[in-house]
Amino acid sequence: MTTADSQSSEQEQRREGAVGPEGWEPKIVAFVCNWCTYAGADLAGTSRLQYQPNVRIIKLPCTGRIDPVFIVRAYEGGADGVLVSGCHPGDCHYSSGNYHARRRFALFRKLMEFVGVDLDRLQFSWVSAAEGAKWVDVINDVTNRVRALGPFTEYQALSRWWKEVPDEQAIEQRA
Amino acid sequence: MSKGLQDIARELLEKGEVQVVVGWGAVKADPDRTRPILVTDPDEVGELVWNPRCVNNLAVYLTKAKSDVQALGKAAIVAKGCDVKAITGLIQEMQFSRDDLVIIGVACKGVVSDGSLWQGELTEENRDLKCRFCDVRTPRTYDHLVGEEVPPVDAEDDWKDVRELEEKTPRERWDYWQEQFERCIRCYACRQACPFCYCTRCIADKTLPRWIESGQHPRANLAWNIIRAMHLAGRCVECGECERVCPVGIPLNLLNRELAKEVAVEYGYRAGYDSEAPPPFATYREEDDQSFIR
Repeated sequence: MTTADSQSSEQEQRREGAVGPEGWEPKIVAFVCNWCTYAGADLAGTSRLQYQPNVRIIKLPCTGRIDPVFIVRAYEGGADGVLVSGCHPGDCHYSSGNYHARRRFALFRKLMEFVGVDLDRLQFSWVSAAEGAKWVDVINDVTNRVRALGPFTEYQALSRWWKEVPDEQAIEQRA
Repeated sequence: MSKGLQDIARELLEKGEVQVVVGWGAVKADPDRTRPILVTDPDEVGELVWNPRCVNNLAVYLTKAKSDVQALGKAAIVAKGCDVKAITGLIQEMQFSRDDLVIIGVACKGVVSDGSLWQGELTEENRDLKCRFCDVRTPRTYDHLVGEEVPPVDAEDDWKDVRELEEKTPRERWDYWQEQFERCIRCYACRQACPFCYCTRCIADKTLPRWIESGQHPRANLAWNIIRAMHLAGRCVECGECERVCPVGIPLNLLNRELAKEVAVEYGYRAGYDSEAPPPFATYREEDDQSFIR
């Protein structure tokens, strides 16, 4: 368990090395499975474990239900980092959903890396229903890594669909 | 070579073994090009041609996305080795069975992506990039073969094109792909030409919810191109039709090949060789790599 004191000093350290603008906090979207990781996160909560509040949890039945398009949508919606988390191999409520997801995401992260996404922005974990403490560690680590990278400005800039128009002065100069 | 092909097609149609032959035909207005044609009348088999300008992958006409071809009856298809890979993949995905189809294989020494490049002689310079490492110059399965068997190219795929980009920094890769995707006009020609894009309703056309934005702007273009590549992972046979038909010249096959390389490295699987093999994303092994999962 993290004490309040050590937490605040950690936060100060993070502020010093922060990349983003003043007051910026990373937005992390976590896609988790209903049976293991969500229960693990719940355990972290009922155990009163403290962790960074940057994560938005989206619960799905199984990691096998997490389509890569969800992750793309998360980035489009302004996420700076995405975490996908589910049951350990062998523990899947539906026997094999996480095995299929493992293959799919092994490929998807390679594809994202190939188009130039830093893989610290797309992370994966297995967190069981008994691993509340692991959930805390994972979230703190993911958040810190994304914090070190700063806001995902490359992706967010894509939302600007217009092109920069030269100002009047530049047009005059050209004329 | 076209003569042998025409004889086979005439016999198949006359005997009633098939109702339609899917093949390539000449374009009267432009002799440098060929076009896909459907021949249903034995007297019209003279339209069929086979030469290095026959670049289209005709396997796309066998899928349910082109149901008007299916409606004509049993089909024979003229297919190069690479097209047969697509057919093998479609059989593997249970789109039709091998018995539903007559394959007129053509022995191929390579094709040209632009017909004007070929003027009677095929060289290293004018041969299409996809033919560099071709190991299926004689199709792996066929009912009739046009031409003499050709040995495969004596070189293994080195993934040089993919690795060159991989060696760049993430920022350089991002800028490179943004420059490419920026031009995308969302015409979906890549999807229409792809034998494996046979969904009757594409995710890009779904509106409730609208998963992939339809607009033609950088954010939407990135989403479309990522998801298109992802949906072909482990299925794409790298025929390069998507890239060839792209009106703005996005190197789509490079994206496909990155995924094909990963599937080959991780799971030892190349698409289009074995119609009995389980597709890599419909199966798993307990010992699959999970070093990226904490």
